[in-house]
Amino acid sequence: MSSKTININVKIWRQNGPLAKGAFEEHALKDISTDSSFLEMIDVLNEWLTIKGLEPVAFDHDCREGICGMCGAVVNGTAHGPDKETTLCQLHMRRFKDGDTIVIEPFRSQGFPVVKDLIVDRSALDRIIAAGGYVSVNTGSPQDGNTILIPQHVAEQAMDAAACIGCGACAAACPNGTPMLFLGAKVSQLALLPQGKLEAKKRAINMVLQMDKEGFGNCGNERECENVCPKGITIRNIARLNREFLKASFTIDH
Amino acid sequence: MSWFIQTFRSSLGKKYIMAFTGFMLGGFLLVHTIGNSTIFWGRGAFNAYAHHLHSLGIFVPIFETGLYLIFFLHVITGIILFLENRKARGGKYEVETCAGGRTLASKTMPYTGIAIFIFILIHLANFHFVEKTAVKTISDFVTHVLNNPFFTLIYTAGICLLFIHISHGFWSLLQTFGINHPKYDFPLRVVTWALAGIMGCVFLLITFLMVISRSQLL
Repeated sequence: MSSKTININVKIWRQNGPLAKGAFEEHALKDISTDSSFLEMIDVLNEWLTIKGLEPVAFDHDCREGICGMCGAVVNGTAHGPDKETTLCQLHMRRFKDGDTIVIEPFRSQGFPVVKDLIVDRSALDRIIAAGGYVSVNTGSPQDGNTILIPQHVAEQAMDAAACIGCGACAAACPNGTPMLFLGAKVSQLALLPQGKLEAKKRAINMVLQMDKEGFGNCGNERECENVCPKGITIRNIARLNREFLKASFTIDH
Repeated sequence: MSWFIQTFRSSLGKKYIMAFTGFMLGGFLLVHTIGNSTIFWGRGAFNAYAHHLHSLGIFVPIFETGLYLIFFLHVITGIILFLENRKARGGKYEVETCAGGRTLASKTMPYTGIAIFIFILIHLANFHFVEKTAVKTISDFVTHVLNNPFFTLIYTAGICLLFIHISHGFWSLLQTFGINHPKYDFPLRVVTWALAGIMGCVFLLITFLMVISRSQLL
């Protein structure tokens, strides 16, 4: 595919701080290479803003290869943009046409307060993990490999759930602003494996209660989350979380 | 806090309440559909069905109270969830699109819910809280009310809304209880549509039958 350039209009969200009132700002960008990634397009915009003596757009990013979960914004109404199973950094400008207006907004949810421009505070997800998304491991010599046998199909399912990079797109896309897909994946990846089963009950309850504390909404089974998830996590994981929480609530010993 | 209150005050707990009460209400509606279809065998059969139902003695008020409790629990929990979810959204997007998950039914659950609530109040006022006698039987009330063009419209709309509500509701309640597997996700969607479709069709047929063959039933 030969490289070409396009001219686009960018309508981007600007907000000075968590309490400041935000607004959209429009910029015309010329000669954007269709081979550049979406974030590189924002880099170009920022260079241009800097030259003009204006404040560059603040946005989160790290690996830029779709595995860290740091980047993310809502592009034309879709979290991570129009490509399926793709993070924002892996979205490329060839996906857009000459003359397009691209609306870029931060991930929105009550649990994700805006820090600045496109950067949102997703530490609520970290606190949900801290509430139980781990296995307790005793220190000491490592045990022999293959001591605990796990069937291949179970390992695959756990691995599929573990593919979650915690980007928060599920909550951003959810009409009720809830990261249930994230929670479903994090509970599933451990509940499926023998090592995680030991603390499964406590984990399911504590993580759900923490999610509620963070001000997220209630899952409405609308399936928007699985359609924007860059890692293709399915709501089968939410169903597993629903089972785990129900089972745990009625059978936990304390 | 007791484990019971903690469970049902949580987001998932409230969803279990919605799913359970929704399942019970759906079960009632299915029985209601089967019972009402006796009207296809004429007014005699329909009145006899109603008569038999009311001859169950103490079970009638017990069943009625239970149904009211389940119904109001569904409505109140639904309203709480709606308000909580609206707050949790944290602002609207400039561009509102659907990524492919939402359906007309899933999008409008709270709104169809409220409309159905009002419809059921009208329905109860029409047929439940009226004095039925040997001269003026339930089939007379049904024929009379449904032949009023205003009510024909209300009932047609109410039944359609109910169809939309259930076409998401039944699949959704199974998902809430964790019943989801790639093997039977699609069959369950088909069953949901079929259930909602059959119940909707029977109720619509009754409504139109009342309008078309009024003389036959009177």
